[in-house]
Amino acid sequence: MAERMGFFTDTSICIGCKACEVACKEWNQLPDDGFVFEATSYDNTGTLGASTWRHVAFIEQSRPVAAGGDDGVDRWLMSSDVCKHCTHAACLDVCPTGALFRTEFDTVVVQSDVCNGCGYCVPACPYGVIDRREDDGRAWKCTMCYDRQLGGLEPACAKACPTDSIQFGPLDELRARAEERVTRLRADGNTEARLYGESPDDGVGGAGAFFLLLDEPEVYGLPPDPVVTTRDLPAMWRWAGAAALSAVGAVALAFLGTGERR
Amino acid sequence: MTRERAMVPEAEFRSYYGRPVIKAPIWHEPHMPTYLYLGGLSGVSSSMAVMARLTGHPRLARTARVAAAAGAALGAGLLAAELGRPARFLNMLRVFKPTSPMSVGSWILAAQGGLSAIAVAGDLASDLPKTGGRAGRLPGAGGSAGRLPVAAGLAGFLSGAGGLAGRLPGAGGLVGLLPVAGDAALLATGVTGPLTATYTAVLIADTAVPAWHEAYRELPFLFAGSAMAAAGAACMLGTPPAHAGPARAVAALGAAMETVAGQVLERRLGFIGEPYRTGRAGRLMRAARVLTVGGGLLAVVAGRGRTLTALSGLALTAGSLYTRFGILEAGRASAADPKYTVVPQRRRLDAQSSPDRGSDAGAAQPAS
Ligand code: SF4
Ligand code: SF4
Repeated sequence: MAERMGFFTDTSICIGCKACEVACKEWNQLPDDGFVFEATSYDNTGTLGASTWRHVAFIEQSRPVAAGGDDGVDRWLMSSDVCKHCTHAACLDVCPTGALFRTEFDTVVVQSDVCNGCGYCVPACPYGVIDRREDDGRAWKCTMCYDRQLGGLEPACAKACPTDSIQFGPLDELRARAEERVTRLRADGNTEARLYGESPDDGVGGAGAFFLLLDEPEVYGLPPDPVVTTRDLPAMWRWAGAAALSAVGAVALAFLGTGERR
Repeated sequence: MTRERAMVPEAEFRSYYGRPVIKAPIWHEPHMPTYLYLGGLSGVSSSMAVMARLTGHPRLARTARVAAAAGAALGAGLLAAELGRPARFLNMLRVFKPTSPMSVGSWILAAQGGLSAIAVAGDLASDLPKTGGRAGRLPGAGGSAGRLPVAAGLAGFLSGAGGLAGRLPGAGGLVGLLPVAGDAALLATGVTGPLTATYTAVLIADTAVPAWHEAYRELPFLFAGSAMAAAGAACMLGTPPAHAGPARAVAALGAAMETVAGQVLERRLGFIGEPYRTGRAGRLMRAARVLTVGGGLLAVVAGRGRTLTALSGLALTAGSLYTRFGILEAGRASAADPKYTVVPQRRRLDAQSSPDRGSDAGAAQPAS
């Protein structure tokens, strides 16, 4: 197995240019999203989906104390979201066909020639990443440019990002670099700077694609404390087993306790 | 900001323009909820068929065998139709993945479908004109053994097998084999049936949908109860009332189990269980409860009355269906509103974290 590769998305230097969204669409030949105007911000893809594998979020924040500011808009947060390539990936766990698999780069990829569109991975992902393309019937998501990686290239989004907000590389190196960066930002007075998804102790065992955020994760549309639900699978089966036995017992009781024979 | 949030009511939370954090289940109506109903119907019908066979209720056993096979076959058809790529249905059996309840379930359903079909074929074949020195197929039905129905039933199985051994070299042929194979398959559905009726609860609970996942303890009981009500109802409707006593009992017990499990679920989940009480899902769940409780009570008093039996059976069938539609709808509602995802997770974090989290949110306004 090759080294585990990952993305470190440093949102503090994202300028919201969407070059990553475009590069991803170009390289992976993804269909358009219907050219919807969200009318809430400069965001026009809204969310990650079957045909949007990088999504740039725009958050306009105003602070009540801002005096003489322009319309009260105090700062913009911009962040390019992507599949987290979880260490313990719920989508991969629940996929019944084996279409989702873990690559030699420790990323999570769908084999589109195997996926039968059962849709189980869609509500299983704790980040709402993977989705089914309705006209095509199969599930799609970021592959971390598996094909480019096989050819020794970095993923298209990282290549296109003009500020290096999206960084690609061995996960260990990225984690060390991110640690330095967040320490530096905090020292500079950005006390809200924090890493998201970098810890192997979190509910998904650490994300292969992690982030530096400037506010709470939910502000960016990210779950604050995601958990891979297959963690509870043994307990779930135990409860189901108990219910199955109860049903058997109740049926037996119904037959043995009913007076009329035949 | 964070401190504040800990004290204010549960709806206080931040989000990205109120957008959902997770994706809602994309499964369709009527396919998915009807499949849940049919799986339950098939599974518990198998348990009933086994018990009916063992205790000498041939009429009821016939109905239950048919219901089990029909439920599994129709259910599998609906599942295939639900796929984005129905032609790749068999990819479900490409691997066996213990981490995927859908993979495990596909194998359970495949077994249940095959076995229940053989069980019906065997039962029908036993009606064919007898071809020679066959052991009596249902000694349990023959009077004297009636007091010990289970023992008599087992004797029936054994004598069937003995008859088979005696016949093997002879001319009985395949048709002669069928009743025995059918009974063997029936016994096996005693295992696959209850699993078919309950694995679906694990299937939906193993998702990020809060109203489903957090309910993983109660959902299997809710599903088992709903399945008992459905199977009991089908057997009441498909068997002359004089022979349907145990079916009425199964239906009534199932209605009780479903109702209690539903109450416990809503009570324990509290805020996360809100989708089961509000909106369209709430209406479906309330209708389900009325129908189930009403149908269950009717089943108790119906006795051999045809009209009451029919009313009870129909009410329970509708109740079981409403429950399944309500569960899907509650899952959708739970996924669509970010508060169900964010608030419990935020509380969990706040409960764990040190006070330093409080200072970092600054004065930024909620972005929702
Ligand atoms: S973020 Fe979702 S889609 Fe991506 S690997 Fe994790 S569970 Fe799968
Ligand atoms: S939709 Fe495809 S990738 Fe997703 S779980 Fe089903 S088979 Fe696997």
